[in-house]
Amino acid sequence: MALVALKNVTKTYPPQAKGGRAVVAVDDVTLEVEPGDVYGIIGYSGAGKSTLVRLVNALEPASSGSITIDGRELVGLPERELRGIRLGIGMIFQQFNLFDSKTVHANVAYPLQVAGWSKAEITARVAELLEFVGLADKARNYPDQLSGGQKQRVGIARALATSPRLLLADEATSALDPETTHEVLELLKRVNREFGVTIIVITHEMDVIQSIATKVAVMDSGRVIENGDVFDVFSDPQNPSSQRFVSTVVKGVPSPAELAVLRERHAGRIVTISFRDGDASQAQVFLELANAGLDFELVYGGINDIQGRAFGHLTLAIRGADASIDAALATIGSRVEVTEAR
Amino acid sequence: MDRLLELGPEFWVAAAETLYMVALTLLIGGFFGLLLGIVLYATRPGSLLSNRAVFTVVNVVINFFRPIPFIIFLAAVQPLARYVIGIGIGNNALIFSLSIASSFAIARIVEQNLITVPPGVVEAARAMGAGPFRILRTVVIPEALGPLILGYTFVLVAIVDMTAMAGFIGGGGLGNFALVYGYRQFEPAITWAALLLIVIFVQGLQFLGNWLARRVLRR
Repeated sequence: MALVALKNVTKTYPPQAKGGRAVVAVDDVTLEVEPGDVYGIIGYSGAGKSTLVRLVNALEPASSGSITIDGRELVGLPERELRGIRLGIGMIFQQFNLFDSKTVHANVAYPLQVAGWSKAEITARVAELLEFVGLADKARNYPDQLSGGQKQRVGIARALATSPRLLLADEATSALDPETTHEVLELLKRVNREFGVTIIVITHEMDVIQSIATKVAVMDSGRVIENGDVFDVFSDPQNPSSQRFVSTVVKGVPSPAELAVLRERHAGRIVTISFRDGDASQAQVFLELANAGLDFELVYGGINDIQGRAFGHLTLAIRGADASIDAALATIGSRVEVTEAR
Repeated sequence: MDRLLELGPEFWVAAAETLYMVALTLLIGGFFGLLLGIVLYATRPGSLLSNRAVFTVVNVVINFFRPIPFIIFLAAVQPLARYVIGIGIGNNALIFSLSIASSFAIARIVEQNLITVPPGVVEAARAMGAGPFRILRTVVIPEALGPLILGYTFVLVAIVDMTAMAGFIGGGGLGNFALVYGYRQFEPAITWAALLLIVIFVQGLQFLGNWLARRVLRR
């Protein structure tokens, strides 16, 4: 059974001014997150992804539709019961949202106090969590004495305190530099692997999805326009918006402008060969070209690794007799996708 | 100067009266001001216990009373003081009126300082399953404590200022002392002695407030 299931979920905000128009932040979203998933939700700012994640832990009530966590319906539940459910869901934020007036220890202890743990239990659990995130020596420090990466690690320790099954990460690395982002993402991977925590990652950065997500949903104007396995979406994005996101991390097919530059620099016919995991290998393709006595060079593209599966687009400039090129491309085309730039 | 020495005992009594009025007003007005300020913060639209009706009523009441000059307020509230504490004149009547007036001022200062707590921090506490009263008590107030102390210090100085009007309804204190023995009897030295002591009080309180706020903010 799905851990989180959203069915036709819509969130509408009333008009700001009298006579204004209501804002539809989340529009008829249906999604399922399975236990153990790292589910990425990507979209530009204003796409509704932050609102969506706030509906999942009922920080905001959905306007219509159904949201179930572990089979339990959230929509329409009274606030008091929602609090109990929130205790079982961790959340981390872009701005960390640590309590500046409390020490690192007290920050991590806070959800445990809410959950009614005893003092001795809290002390032991906080020590264990700070050990896990590598900040055992910072327990007595205050948040303003920590770096951004350290703050987010405290945020993660705090979110994991009550051993939730689900962790929501709202742009958790967007305020961090690339080095620290990597560190935090690795930590989230460990959380997923070692504790089996299901993670929903909200981001506008495709490389975050690439490095940790197993599934992805692309959001635009409140709607989920494409979702599925990360490999499928990355290797074959269907929607123009998804294609734009994918192109930020995957060097795929050259754009018309890039093509013009390539033509200027390289003689011969420009051909893009698209590889997907399980298709013919590059070796077979190159062997075919060599056997046909063709002269070729790699001018654009690359091979990507997503979840241990490879895909990519290689653009070649091929020189030789037109007939032999056609024959070779026909043979190759029966195994992999071949597109010739015109 | 001789006259001041002569009036020495009265001078120190007046000083003690000022301290008494300031302390009690701070206690009572500070308490109700904190309460009202928290109500304003919590009931405002989009806040933890947002309630348009309560917010509007409290907001309008505060806006109604705040601009009234204290010396007029003092006269206007006299019948109420007589009814509630049994006396309409003297130091205690001043404490009564000043507590009311200052709680409205304090409410605004408390509200303004609580609003500066980042909404994300409150949201984080909500995401951890904490209820609104717990969040107010364990997150919002501690997070705003430094500025709150500075805000109270600011009001405290204004309270010292307003206790000087006690003489108007038959109370004492340094303000009354300065007017009765200094101003009316053409003894500038006496006026200045009272004035200096008030300045010393205010400086001391300000120093204490700054020191406390710094400790809380760890800076």
